[in-house]
Amino acid sequence: MTDPLVVELSRLQFAATAMYHFLFVPLTLGLSILVATMESVYVMTGRAIWRKATLFWGTLFGINFAVGVSTGIVMEFQFGMNWSYYSHYVGDVFGAPLAIEGLMAFFLEATFIGLFFFGWDRLRPVAHLTVTWLMALGANFSALWILIANGWIQNPVGSAFNPDTMRMEVTDFMAVLFNPTAQAKFVHTVSAGYVTGAVFVLAISAFYLLNERHVEMAKRSMVVAASFGLAAALSVVVLGDESGYVATEHQKMKIAAMEAMYETEPAPAALTLFAIPGADGRPTYEVKFPFILGLITTRSLDRDLPGITELTEIAAGRIANGINAYKALEVIKQDKTNAAARAEFAATQADLGYALLLKKYRPDVENATGEEIAQAALDTVPDVWPLFWSFRLMVGIGFFFIAFFGLWFWKASRHTLTSSPLLLRIGLFTLPLPWLAAEAGWLIAEYGRQPWAVEGVLPTFYAASGLHVWDLIISLAFFVTVYTVLAIVMVWLMLRVVKHGPAERTALDNEPVPATAFPEPAE
Amino acid sequence: MSALPLDYETLRLIWWALLGTLLIGFAIMGGMDLGMGALLPFVARNDEERRVILNLSGPTWEGNQVWLVLGGGAIFAAWPAIYAASFSGFYIAMIAILLALILRPVGFKFRSKVDNPTWRSVWDWGLFIGGFVPSVVFGVAVGNLFLGAPFRLDDTLRVSYEGNFFGLLTPFALLAGLVSLAMLLTQGASVIAARTQGEIADRARTYGRWAALATAVLFVLGGVIALYVLSGYRITSAIDVGGPSNPLGKTVVVEAGAWASNYTTMPWTMAAPIVAVLGSLLAYVALTIRAHVLAILASSLAILGIIATAGLSLYPFLMPSSIDPVSSLTVWDASSSQLTLFIMLGVTLLFLPIILLYTAWVFRVMRGPVTTASLHRNPNAY
Ligand code: HDD
Ligand code: HEM
Ligand code: HEM
Repeated sequence: MTDPLVVELSRLQFAATAMYHFLFVPLTLGLSILVATMESVYVMTGRAIWRKATLFWGTLFGINFAVGVSTGIVMEFQFGMNWSYYSHYVGDVFGAPLAIEGLMAFFLEATFIGLFFFGWDRLRPVAHLTVTWLMALGANFSALWILIANGWIQNPVGSAFNPDTMRMEVTDFMAVLFNPTAQAKFVHTVSAGYVTGAVFVLAISAFYLLNERHVEMAKRSMVVAASFGLAAALSVVVLGDESGYVATEHQKMKIAAMEAMYETEPAPAALTLFAIPGADGRPTYEVKFPFILGLITTRSLDRDLPGITELTEIAAGRIANGINAYKALEVIKQDKTNAAARAEFAATQADLGYALLLKKYRPDVENATGEEIAQAALDTVPDVWPLFWSFRLMVGIGFFFIAFFGLWFWKASRHTLTSSPLLLRIGLFTLPLPWLAAEAGWLIAEYGRQPWAVEGVLPTFYAASGLHVWDLIISLAFFVTVYTVLAIVMVWLMLRVVKHGPAERTALDNEPVPATAFPEPAE
Repeated sequence: MSALPLDYETLRLIWWALLGTLLIGFAIMGGMDLGMGALLPFVARNDEERRVILNLSGPTWEGNQVWLVLGGGAIFAAWPAIYAASFSGFYIAMIAILLALILRPVGFKFRSKVDNPTWRSVWDWGLFIGGFVPSVVFGVAVGNLFLGAPFRLDDTLRVSYEGNFFGLLTPFALLAGLVSLAMLLTQGASVIAARTQGEIADRARTYGRWAALATAVLFVLGGVIALYVLSGYRITSAIDVGGPSNPLGKTVVVEAGAWASNYTTMPWTMAAPIVAVLGSLLAYVALTIRAHVLAILASSLAILGIIATAGLSLYPFLMPSSIDPVSSLTVWDASSSQLTLFIMLGVTLLFLPIILLYTAWVFRVMRGPVTTASLHRNPNAY
């Protein structure tokens, strides 16, 4: 068993590096599609202004991408470095999507990003455009595979524990691939990335329009961002609802915590809009919307939504049952051929993970007292209030975005983008919101999964590497220093590029413009 | 899982070979960029020259690095026990590698965006660290595999580790680090010599020839020590090559000369060290007579030979344990399940050829010499 301080520091480090990585990921996802769209318009119309826009947004994309790669590599290695028991325990299932991500996504995106930047003077326009789309496709594939991996730790389907190898192994790969949790997460997260890209382009364009610089490029960029953003914002909200629905099926405790719902809500459950935590941590003052929660989470008006208290009792029962699996496993370890123990294990293994929760209190799980079981059952409740508020923040921002992009879409279609400086200013200051919502979303998904590293299968504290506190102090100091420097340098460089604006002339202007099917419209 | 068309033993052997292939792939492809990074401040003396090297590496280095990312992913998927034991066991060494790998992407991207000599020189040294440190540390890690790592497994197969970072820096491991550095420098120098002109190319040839000679000499020295001075590991119990992946069922002894045993029982394995030595000597000759493409091929051959030698000497061990030899991880007891190995083999056979095709296309598009004049044609040049 690992030193509890090492576990805490490992969690802190993983959370910090993952959340940092996810500052860059959504912008890569969104901006890659937007840049490819702009280049498509350039190739179709042959108008140099669109190439100028492509090059300009491409430069910002490149800076962000570099930091995304730097921080992503850290993620790839951290499972083995800090979560070595996790890696042993679930590598057979979890490693596969990560490796496929490398084969199918990272190679594609990383190979073609080089040509995206260096191929302008070597490729015909259509070939270059193809390269750009392949790069964007690679980024989106990467999200697919990492979320299949993440979906599995939220909802571990298609696998079973093998007592001979002491780990989870794949039994049904298709179930892992088509995990409903993974699908819901993929669409929601990718849409969140598209919203982020759209807000980014819109905000910086609003800045140019406010200052009356690069007006032609800014207006065109804004039109693209507004329409793309509106579609993405709608999809984030509709598909966020899907995430909630899937989580109810598989992670009832997370939903209950996110709603600060201690007692079971009789059907149809009300949605708590606002609440104040009382001295015991439970809500004292609540504003509720009838029916809504029941509709979102169960898609029905007649199913009860279990509260934290009820779920804790269920967990206690599963721990008791899990102890039987644990005992059977101890027998199998001594006597590999004991058929009775294997039969007993097969019948109870679904709850083995729950018995492991007791490892926090004693090494000989089979002798746990009723009190320890009750305590371990309480451990299955995540930290309620951070989840409650993060969820409201994310959802609030989600609805705001629909109104926001709706408005800009309307203004774009009426050609009145520059009519109101106040609106342009609002556009500019919306810039941080998608990042806030996305980080809040991951907090709900991951912090809401605690105490599990793999839901119901492997407790987090049991999954960590047996490192020394000093190892963690060194690595944390390292990450804090390097990531802070990176953040400062990157933001500074981005601001420089934005201030400087798009290059008015490049060596490419001497190259012939592509022949197009569409005649140049008169200005 | 007997329903699968490939038995467990075969799948394990294939994945052992594939692991080697990925590592060799990274050393050949990524090695070009690591070597160029480590040579950057020496081969290129002013800003224009340095930009030539950066733009030579620039269009393709990210794709090359994915060989490493994929290597990590493939170890996780196919050899989870190795992924768990080595990455946590070599924790501080991994942090050093991460430092390097973080510096490279941003170094390439940020350096030439600001026209200030101090800024650029800071990033140049950043890129140097990004090339030099991993080149050495990878070798040190392999050296430590020969020595055995101080870890043990308990009956839940949890790994615990009794060493620290400085324990990794033994003379033999450092020698292995130098072999790795020299071989990657040869690779980087050959690419620079092939695709630049004038003084940069001249300097690269000089460094490359020294590095090629050093590779051959240090490799032979390391080989002699590994085979005749170090003790190796040997499995003494019956091996169930198709059994479940649980290392604790076997017995292992430490004995002198065990790392040489595969060369006597399977004489064809001698081909690997021979290719390693001939490859580096050929790279030396090729650089001397200015046959640059030949130099890249020869240096790639040397890399293949060196990594294959390491793998074949250790076989069937992947990561021996020095404090509890029973815990040693081998080809027969550290892999994923048969089903996972089978699925991942299918996926790899499908995608690897596609990757090789488009990578070759990108290299073709970007072919030709990089000169200071060519830097000014591309608005995105580094
Ligand atoms: C494929 C798996 C996976 C993926 C895609 C992510 N995570 Fe995660 N996350 C884990 C797998 C994981 C984990 C290995 O399971 C951790 C480490 C410790 C733990 O309990 O779960 C974890 C912990 C963890 C925590 C800390 C929870 C705690 O320990 O209290 C946070 C806040 C995040 N993650 C956030 C993120 C963000 C922002 C991600 C987007 C990049 C992300 N996770 C992607
Ligand atoms: C915590 C688990 C994660 C791991 C282990 C991980 C791993 C990585 C690695 C190794 C890279 C660099 C690849 C390269 O060399 O090109 C990377 C980049 C990337 N990752 Fe992650 N990642 C994680 C989470 C996520 C999530 C949740 C998403 C998306 C929803 C995501 C999407 C991306 C994208 C789009 C890139 C491209 C580079 C960029 O961000 O600019 N990653 N990731
Ligand atoms: C009405 C709007 C929204 C709803 C109903 C919603 C719902 C949800 C739910 C239930 C989860 C948790 C999934 C889990 O437990 O695993 C989640 C996660 C997440 N949300 Fe939202 N969300 C909304 C808006 C947004 C917005 C605007 C963004 C960002 C721009 C965003 C980004 C994320 C991210 C990145 C995650 C983590 C990944 C995942 O679990 O899918 N969400 N969302």
